[in-house]
Amino acid sequence: MSGSLNITSAIVDPALLDLPWALPLEVWPDDSIAALPKGISRHLVRFAHLSGYVVAIKETSAEFARREYEMLRTLQRLEIPCVDPVAVITNRSTVDGIELDSALVTRHLRFSLPYRALYSQSLRPDTGTRLVDALAVLLVRLHIVGFFWGDVSLSNTLFRRDAGAFAAYLVDAETGQLYNKLSNGQRENDLEIARVNIAGELLDLQAGGRLDEDFDPVGISNGIVAAYRTLWKELTGSEEFDQSERWRINQRVERLNDLGFDIEELAIKTDDTGTQVRIQPKVVDAGHHQRRLLRLTGLDAQENQARRLLNDLDSYTVTFHKKGEVDEEMIAHEWLARVFEPVIRAIPKDLRGRLEPAEVFHQLLDHRWYMSQNEARDIPLAEALNSYVDVVLRHRRDEATVINPPTGSITMPTEVVDEDDWRLKV
Amino acid sequence: MASVTFDKATRLYPGSTRPAVDALDLDVADGEFLVLVGPSGCGKSTSLRMLAGLEEVNEGSILIGDRNVTDVPPKDRDIAMVFQNYALYPHMTVAENMGFALKIAGINKDERATRVLEAAKLLDLEPYLGRKPKALSGGQRQRVAMGRAIVRQPQVFLMDEPLSNLDAKLRVQTRTQIASLQRRLGVTTVYVTHDQTEALTMGDRIAVLKDGVLQQVGTPRDLYERPNNVFVAGFIGSPAMNLFQADLSEDGVLFGNHAVRVDRNTLAGIKQKQVTVGIRPEDVTVTTAGDGLPVEVDVIEELGADGNLYGHATIGGNRVDLCVRVDGRSHPNAGDQVYIVPKEGHVHLFDIESGARVGEVVVA
Repeated sequence: MSGSLNITSAIVDPALLDLPWALPLEVWPDDSIAALPKGISRHLVRFAHLSGYVVAIKETSAEFARREYEMLRTLQRLEIPCVDPVAVITNRSTVDGIELDSALVTRHLRFSLPYRALYSQSLRPDTGTRLVDALAVLLVRLHIVGFFWGDVSLSNTLFRRDAGAFAAYLVDAETGQLYNKLSNGQRENDLEIARVNIAGELLDLQAGGRLDEDFDPVGISNGIVAAYRTLWKELTGSEEFDQSERWRINQRVERLNDLGFDIEELAIKTDDTGTQVRIQPKVVDAGHHQRRLLRLTGLDAQENQARRLLNDLDSYTVTFHKKGEVDEEMIAHEWLARVFEPVIRAIPKDLRGRLEPAEVFHQLLDHRWYMSQNEARDIPLAEALNSYVDVVLRHRRDEATVINPPTGSITMPTEVVDEDDWRLKV
Repeated sequence: MASVTFDKATRLYPGSTRPAVDALDLDVADGEFLVLVGPSGCGKSTSLRMLAGLEEVNEGSILIGDRNVTDVPPKDRDIAMVFQNYALYPHMTVAENMGFALKIAGINKDERATRVLEAAKLLDLEPYLGRKPKALSGGQRQRVAMGRAIVRQPQVFLMDEPLSNLDAKLRVQTRTQIASLQRRLGVTTVYVTHDQTEALTMGDRIAVLKDGVLQQVGTPRDLYERPNNVFVAGFIGSPAMNLFQADLSEDGVLFGNHAVRVDRNTLAGIKQKQVTVGIRPEDVTVTTAGDGLPVEVDVIEELGADGNLYGHATIGGNRVDLCVRVDGRSHPNAGDQVYIVPKEGHVHLFDIESGARVGEVVVA
């Protein structure tokens, strides 16, 4: 099959042809490789530069590569946060005609971080909890659309900062299957896989001296079960109440909105006597605040960032306009031009890769709040911004495409080193 | 350890009219290695997932030992899905990698060490317990992953196409290791594959499924020697059994000028004038003498010690492609005309409509 490289891709990028497909991924030259931190992978995964962005390349069988490519495209259509599939490369061979594994190419998500890049010295318990919470939200969303993951783990997830929390993105769909509806057994199994894998990953960090001393890996990994169940119940559970308590319908809608979900379809039933009402959400959509922010301002942000920006927009409205005086879109446009955009423009160019704009804005609001507390006065945004840039932003690393530590995999046997007595470590 | 029973277990997906698994009756004995095999969409994985608790059972029930687990959540069934996730953690030793699931299950340190050591001995991993995964070969890593399942001491191991993403060489190695390990452990195992060679080489017994219906269950030898129907006949064995339709004569079936006699009782059971004949490639004698069915040789596949002759014949006015095992050193060549005669006692007959086996193996 030498010379008949086959590329299947939804985007036409001729630069794909320039990557050294005739070499095993393991020996790709340094000039093709971008260094990004990664999690634990079954397959060799490396990152390469392509037309000004970074792609992740995974070597696997042709069947698996094609299947995962299609699965990721389907998940995207279902509006699940996941990596962007770019291409499947099959029929690879070296110049000597030796067959090479096929490859799946996905686009690296800007500002996304693997969990192993979310600490400098060691992972703190509160960060661990926030990661697990973000993964629980992703898992619930996947289960609602009927996706059984089969290999839920922190390593198979990327995280984007989201106004103090994290938003989780699915990275590895290799083991996943899409069904019309998942059985309870499938959901429970995914949850158990998640619990065990997260514990394994955290225990591994502990073994490498990368967990805070007061970090309880088993306790935190167990946390996914409760977080998942609470959200699942809120999004799908039915509740029953007396006719006279019909306000509970609105209450349920508001509770879901607060959690970042919209109800697209709600089943409402009354019993034979007409005194009892039962409600159950049938179709829910994530991104309640994201959608509102996008509609009003055109800004694309994570859910909690959107909530934070909308809160600022609301307080702007109250401060500068009487209720009902000007319509919402007009005020949003004004807030964007007078508040948000000047802040983002004021960030020095060399610091723009540090954080996403919406995250910068969120952190700036926090920073101003702390300054106001310390100095017991109102701090103008411009003053807070100068301080934030100098005190906080300048000292952060770039997270647009994190470069450090180097990539690697554990697929090659290496020299055997004797360790301590294993009995001490079980 | 325990037996596994599928008792008329049925899985019907919502919106579908045909069950994915239709009233499956299957008993897996304690300690047995049972392989579920069949083509894509036959219901083998669905059956395994029903046993694992991942699929609802719409009718019938599933038992592990004497316990009805039909409505028991997966994690409470005391089963282990082997190879479900074989990521190894780089900073943990082999022992930690094998034992961490016990740690989260709250099992004490001494018990953990005992179980890890036991599993490591079985897997020939004892010398590596204090090492990190990066110091292991690919095969050793596979065994560590198996160790993770073994230390949990489950009643049943479930494996769903565990070798599908390994390269050919590692697949054969791991296949042998899994089979021998299962025999050493004696844990009841249900194994799913689409590969009949894997099924034949690994299973104590094999259950063949098609369209959600169990076709036959038996030892590899049973299935090979006495397939219940045309589907099993064609599915088990590589190269596949030759299957073609032939006219019945008064006392049997004709192979060109060579008559294969069929006993009267068997003949009496056949209602149609034609029958489906099945002959394995190795159950044929090739001559150039003019006795038997004339076959034109298309290609010879050399395999060293022996070879496969692919050719065609005309039977009842239809072209029939045939495969015949031939000697590796002395065999006809492409373009030659040869005559074939089935070996005595190795002709299978199947009902032309139902595909069901007719009678015992007949005498040629």
